[in-house]
Amino acid sequence: MLSAKKLQKGGEYREVVVENLTRTQIVQYAGASGDYNPIHTDEVFSTQVAGYPAVFAPGMLTMGLTGKMLTNYVGVEQMRSFGVRFTRQVWPGDDLTSTAVITDIAEEDGETIVKLDVQTVNQKDEVVLQGYATAAVQP
Amino acid sequence: MADSKDNKKQVIFPVEAGHILMFARSIGDENPLYGAIGGEASDHIVAPPTFVQASAQYTPGYPLRPVIGEPWFGSGKTPSGRKPTYGQEKQDSGEEEKRSEGSNAGMLHAEQHYTYHRPLRPGDVLHATVREGEKWERDSQRAGKLFFSDAITEYRDQNGELVVTARAVGVRTEKVIKS
Repeated sequence: MLSAKKLQKGGEYREVVVENLTRTQIVQYAGASGDYNPIHTDEVFSTQVAGYPAVFAPGMLTMGLTGKMLTNYVGVEQMRSFGVRFTRQVWPGDDLTSTAVITDIAEEDGETIVKLDVQTVNQKDEVVLQGYATAAVQP
Repeated sequence: MADSKDNKKQVIFPVEAGHILMFARSIGDENPLYGAIGGEASDHIVAPPTFVQASAQYTPGYPLRPVIGEPWFGSGKTPSGRKPTYGQEKQDSGEEEKRSEGSNAGMLHAEQHYTYHRPLRPGDVLHATVREGEKWERDSQRAGKLFFSDAITEYRDQNGELVVTARAVGVRTEKVIKS
């Protein structure tokens, strides 16, 4: 568990959460999550029927990848909230990097909570996901 | 029983170690808290923070899951196995714009939020109650008019305790965003 004594506003944590995203990883995510929308896994449908250049990842996969950075940073059981806006599509071949920046450390409901701004960008530095998270830390 | 005025729908979602393992692999996460690493199983397993989304597997009639024997809007012999529920083609000075087709046609996931009251563990049986929320709209440069709607899902455990609260915001666009 992180310790508030070692944290300060503006502190950053960053991870590459996927490199060269494969269509197979998107299929793994579809199978596990239950979202079988062919827009994500069926390139014949996605291109010939829906008119996209390829399949694209579900936003929730990007959120899951971003969550990996967060849990590596603050811990799984320490998460208190996590919310995001999906700003751009994620395509096969993308590399994604997720960053958390500390915006506040405060006492809430008997716990010391760190508040984070969260952002995930692709290899062109375009923002694909923007959000926030909060987590419990040691005082 | 839900009547026409009651827009609450309940789903029963058992949390299982094997499901958590496959979900963790799909996000490329080898955290030992998610289960087997190289064949060794952990006896302390919790779910990743976005795992509750997989309650879709237990949602009766979930529209993005194929039903055996029923036509499916993805490809098989043909690029799409059935006529889409929504399917609009806009022709504007020679340019064709297609709306994403299917049961959730044109609806994109705009936002997702979770509040965690306690970690999820295998053996938990969650009762998910969905409540439709607000609808609103605004204009955007890239996509024309945007139509938003949100839904709140409360996941309670076998003791009736709130475990996770989720809020999903969907958006329908006037134009398909291709980039």
